[in-house]
Amino acid sequence: MAEYKLTTPLTDEDVSKLKSGDLVYLSGTMYTARDAAHKRIVDLILNGEEPPFDLKGAVIYYVGPTPPKPGEPIGSAGPTTSYRMDPYAPTLIEHGLKGMIGKGKRNKDVIDACKKYKAVYFGATGGAAALIAKAIKKAEIIAYPELGPEAVRRIEVEDFPVVVINDIYGNDLYEEGRKLWEQK
Amino acid sequence: MRVVKYEDIVKSIRDTIIYSTTHLAPDMLEALKKAYEEEKSEVSRAVLAQILENAEIAKNETKPLCQDTGLAIYFVKVGEDVKVDGGTLREAIYEGTKKGYEEGYLRASTCDCFTRANLKDTVGYNLPPIIYLDIVPGDKIDIEFAAKGGGSENVSRATVLAPAAGKEGIKEFVKKVVSDAGPNPCPPLVVGVGIGGSFDMSAVMSKHALFRNIGTPNPDPELDQLEKELKVELNKLGIGAMGMGGTETVLAVHIETYENRMCHIASLPVAVNIQCHSSRHAHIII
Repeated sequence: MAEYKLTTPLTDEDVSKLKSGDLVYLSGTMYTARDAAHKRIVDLILNGEEPPFDLKGAVIYYVGPTPPKPGEPIGSAGPTTSYRMDPYAPTLIEHGLKGMIGKGKRNKDVIDACKKYKAVYFGATGGAAALIAKAIKKAEIIAYPELGPEAVRRIEVEDFPVVVINDIYGNDLYEEGRKLWEQK
Repeated sequence: MRVVKYEDIVKSIRDTIIYSTTHLAPDMLEALKKAYEEEKSEVSRAVLAQILENAEIAKNETKPLCQDTGLAIYFVKVGEDVKVDGGTLREAIYEGTKKGYEEGYLRASTCDCFTRANLKDTVGYNLPPIIYLDIVPGDKIDIEFAAKGGGSENVSRATVLAPAAGKEGIKEFVKKVVSDAGPNPCPPLVVGVGIGGSFDMSAVMSKHALFRNIGTPNPDPELDQLEKELKVELNKLGIGAMGMGGTETVLAVHIETYENRMCHIASLPVAVNIQCHSSRHAHIII
């Protein structure tokens, strides 16, 4: 289990060194988006229009935070289950997305797109929402405010803790970790 | 007839919601510490350390443990000799829920099944709650509350087995549900199993089984044994914390059966309700 500190936007070089099971601390700018926002962003791309943020090297965090208390940038903000974004993720990866953060399994299309276009799927600890919120220093809604917790936010993060689940080499920590500890 | 004020119930529920979504219950905390000590996988231990640190931050800063502050679930037993003054019990639960979620800065997660529109915006009401009501002797109102998240609820399953399937069939079904769920429901888990009654009753019991404090033995020795066996077998699946591989997948298995283990001669209903490591539950007696 290697440990890395990386700053966004991520490059091909950054993601090439990551292997499933590595612990990574991410800093820099990231974007939040869930189901409804993904659908809208992919619709824009398919219509030849610009997405609400630059996808090149970008990292998207799948989250629907609690409302912030007065004076705080964001409420509790743990990852949501990622499979709901599977229908949209390959298109975003093809257009430059380098990292996704969520929890739970991805389908074959997403894993294949990660290999083909060099992108990584990171797992954050589900439920560790107060801890993760501490890594989020700023948050600003940049698109779809009407979606409430599902609006697209630009967030500034410092040492955001994640584990590499799917790397660019086709490894999957959920499969391999389980095989390693399974007792028949 | 004992009289309870409507406002007192509203306040109790509001306070309970805010407290239990920011303070991990002592039984869960202890079970997670034990899992951290016993976990053999390095990456799962790192995850468990984050979960424990998260509980500390949430408590110290009165912040929600998890951003999914769930559907509000209530199991309520009302004494026959108690009367609510100033409104109905149901209205009091609704108002207490609304206040708790709004004033605690919790996420409202209820939406229209088809349009998916939030029933109230991000600072929300989280109405309606799910309420199971029972009438019992006495002059107390006994309320169990849980904030039940979607990730673990989504992988819960119910079935009706053939009677011949027996105890082994029940075990196989529980194992399949937990195995299929894998990393998605945020393990380590509490696994609630409802057996008997009817199709629907087994599901209700599987949810109620999640409320029992970890470490409290099942009063039925045979079920106690089955719970322990299932826990060992489920931990052999190797899923680990957040599904990253490890030895501690399940913190506890809790089984409930319908009265005197009753079911129909042709049926064997079994339901499995999965609870994530952020089990936010509370018990109040008014």
